[in-house]
Amino acid sequence: MIEIKKLTKQADNKLILRGVDLSIKKGETVAILGPNGAGKSTLLKVLATLIKPSSGLIKINGLDLKKNHLEIKKLLGYLPHSSLLYDHYSPLENLVFFGNIYGVDDVEQRAIKLVKEVGLSFFLNEPVKNFSRGMIQRIAIARAIIHDPEILLLDEPHTGLDQGAISILNNVILSMKEKGATTLMVTHDFKQAAEICDRIIIVKNGKIVDDFKIENRNLGFVSEKYELQVEGVS
Amino acid sequence: MNLFRTALILAKKDLYSELKTKQILTTQIIFAGLVIVVFSFAFDPANNTTKAVIPGVIWVIIVFAGILGLNRSFISEQRNETMQGLLVAPMEAASIYLGKFLANFAMMLVVELVSIPFLFLLFDFKFLGSVPYFILVVFLGSFGFIAIGTFLAALAANSKSSEMLLPLLLFPITTPILIGVVQATKIILTNVEKLSSAIAWIQLVTAYDVIFFVVCFLLIDYVLEV
Amino acid sequence: MSMNLEREKAMLPGTPLTSMKSASLSKILFAGTVISMLVSLYFIFIFAAEESTMHAAQKIFYFHVSSAWLAFMAFFVTFVFSILFLIKRKRIFDTYAYVSAEIGVVFTIIVLTTGPIWARSAWNTWWVWEPRLITTLILFFIYIAYIMIRQMDGVWDKKARLSAVFGIIGFADVPIVFFAIRWWQTKFHPIVFGDGPSQQGGGIESSMLVALLVTIAAFTILYAYLLQKGVSFEKMKFKVEQYKEKLREELEK
Ligand SMILES: Nc1ncnc2c1ncn2[C@@H]1O[C@H](COP(=O)(O)OP(=O)(O)O)[C@@H](O)[C@H]1O
Ligand SMILES: [Mg+2]
Repeated sequence: MIEIKKLTKQADNKLILRGVDLSIKKGETVAILGPNGAGKSTLLKVLATLIKPSSGLIKINGLDLKKNHLEIKKLLGYLPHSSLLYDHYSPLENLVFFGNIYGVDDVEQRAIKLVKEVGLSFFLNEPVKNFSRGMIQRIAIARAIIHDPEILLLDEPHTGLDQGAISILNNVILSMKEKGATTLMVTHDFKQAAEICDRIIIVKNGKIVDDFKIENRNLGFVSEKYELQVEGVS
Repeated sequence: MNLFRTALILAKKDLYSELKTKQILTTQIIFAGLVIVVFSFAFDPANNTTKAVIPGVIWVIIVFAGILGLNRSFISEQRNETMQGLLVAPMEAASIYLGKFLANFAMMLVVELVSIPFLFLLFDFKFLGSVPYFILVVFLGSFGFIAIGTFLAALAANSKSSEMLLPLLLFPITTPILIGVVQATKIILTNVEKLSSAIAWIQLVTAYDVIFFVVCFLLIDYVLEV
Repeated sequence: MSMNLEREKAMLPGTPLTSMKSASLSKILFAGTVISMLVSLYFIFIFAAEESTMHAAQKIFYFHVSSAWLAFMAFFVTFVFSILFLIKRKRIFDTYAYVSAEIGVVFTIIVLTTGPIWARSAWNTWWVWEPRLITTLILFFIYIAYIMIRQMDGVWDKKARLSAVFGIIGFADVPIVFFAIRWWQTKFHPIVFGDGPSQQGGGIESSMLVALLVTIAAFTILYAYLLQKGVSFEKMKFKVEQYKEKLREELEK
C-alpha cells in the first residue's frame, strides 16, 4: 500500500529525515513512536503531500506521489496537530464543506452520522469556536474520515482526550480497520499503541531505528524496545 | 469540470462565512465611507472643480477597501491551519486561487455597489457620462486588481507581516491598471466626447487583465506549493 | 553519519579547483572593469564633443544611460534565472537571480539620482514625469518588494520559490508599465525634447554616440564582475552555514 524508499528531507542545512525506507501493507495499523523532534510529524506531512521530500521515492497504491497527487489525495485522511476546522462554522457545516470538496455523495447524511459516531450530535449546529479541546479533536477526526479514506495519517490523535473520547477514537480507528483501511499513527501513548496497533516503528533522529510486530497487546514489550532504542544506547 | 466545481464550493464557503460574521464587508464599507468623508474635507464638495477629483476618489476607495479584503482572504485560512485542509484535499492549486478570487471579487463588487452611489450622492455629482461604459470600466478594473491581488495575497501570506507586505507588492505591479482605469473613468465621467480614447484605455486594461489572469493561473502552483 | 562522511570526501577534491577557477575569473573581470572604465572615462571627457548649452553637466548623461542599461539587464537576468530556478530547483540559479536583483536596485538608485541632476541642467526642474524615469521608479519599487520577499523568515527554498514567482511577474509587468505611462504622458503633456531626455532619437553627435557605447560596454563588464563577486560571496556564506550545521551535528553526537 505504502512504499517509501530512501526518503530524505532537508530544511536549509538541517536533515530532518535521513533516509527512511518503509513498506506498509494494506490493512496494517502502524504506530510511529519516537522522541520529540525525531521527524515523525514531518514523515506524515510528506505522506500527506504537505511537504515535498528532498529526495527519495514514495509510492502509494502503486502510484507515484509526485505525479498522481490528485488520485492519492483522495485516498488519504490526514489529522495533524491542528484541527483544520473553521471556527465560526458548526461541525455540520465544516464536515459538509470538506465532504463537498472530496465529492462525497449524500454528504449531509454522512456528516450527521459521523458527528453522532464521535458522540457530539447534541452540538451539531453550534459553532466550533465554543468547543473544548477534546470536542474539537473529535470533530477533527470526523473531518479526517469524511470521505472514507483508505489510508489514515494521524498525528498524536490521543492528546487532550478524556477516557471516553479515547475509546471513541479507538473504535473509529478499529472500525476503519475492519473496512480494510491502513492506519499510520504517531503517538506518545504506548498503551493505546499496544492496544490497537499491530506493528510499531520507532523513529529517532530522522531514521527508522526499529520496526517490529506486536501481538496480544504486549505493552511491556513495546516499552522495553523503546527504552532500548531511545534511552538506552545513544 | 472539477476545477470550477471545487472553486465554487470554496467561494461559497468564504461568502457564507462572510455572511455569518460580516467582518470584512462591514470594515470595507465603513472604510469606504471614511475615505469619502475625508475627501469631502480635503476638497470642498460645493466647489465645481471638485468634480475633477471624483474619478480618482472612486479608485482610491476601490484600491484601499480592496486591499483590506485581500489581506484577510488567505490570513483567515491560517487559523487552525485550514489551509492545510485545502492543500491535502484532491484539488488543484488553481482551484483554490479561483475560489478565493471569486469570493474577493464578489465582495469587491458589493463594496462598489454601496460606496460609489454614496460618493455621487454626497458630492452631488450629476452623472452625464455613459453609464454602461462606467460600469464596464469599474468591472474590468476591479477584475484585474483583485485577480493579481488575490495571487499576491497568497504569496504574501507566507510572511509574518503580510498585511504590510501586500500593498508593497501589489501597488507597483498594478500601476498600469490604475493609470488606465483612472484615465478611462475621467474621460467617461467628464468628457464623453473623447470616448474613443477611453475605449483605448479599456482595451489596455482588458489586455492586462487577460495576461495577468493567465500568468497567475500558471504560477499559482508554485506559490501554493508546500 | 557514514553517508555524510562519504559526501564530504567526494566534495573535497573538487572544491579547490573550482574556487581557483572562480578566483582567476574574478581577477580577469576586475582587470577588465578597471581598464574599460578608464577607457570610457577617456572617451567621455576627452574624446566626446562638449555639448554646447550644458557643458560638463551633460557628461552625466553617459552614466545615466549606462546605469539604466545595466539595471534593465540585471532585472532581465533575474527574470531568466527565476524561470530557470522554478524549472530546475537548483540553489545556484536562485543565488544568481537574487544577486542580480540587488545589483539592479543599486543601479536604479543611480538612475533615479542622476536623472534629476540631468533634468536640472537640461530643463531647470528637478523631476520630470517622463515615461522612462517613472518606469524606472516603478521598477525600483517592484524590486524593493522582491528583496522584501527575500527577507521573509522560513527555509531558503520557500523564499527562493516565492521570489522567483515575483521576479517573473515583476519583469512581465515592465513593458506594460512603460507603455501605460508613455501613453498617459503623450495624451496629457506634449513631449518637448524629442524622444525624451536621452535624445537618442534626436540628433546625437557621433563622438557622443561612440562614448556612450564604450561606457555601456564598460558597465556591462562591471555588471559581470559584480555578479560574479556577489555570487561567490553568497556561496561562501552558504558554505559557512553548512560547516556550522555539520559542527553542531558532531557536537550533538
Ligand atoms: N519548517 C521547518 N523548518 C525547519 N525545521 C523544521 C521544520 N519543521 C520541522 N523542523 C525540524 O524538524 C525536526 C522534526 O520535527 P517533527 O517532525 O515535527 O518532530 P516530531 O517527531 O516531534 O513530530 C525538528 O527538529 C524540527 O525543529
Ligand atoms: Mg510531532
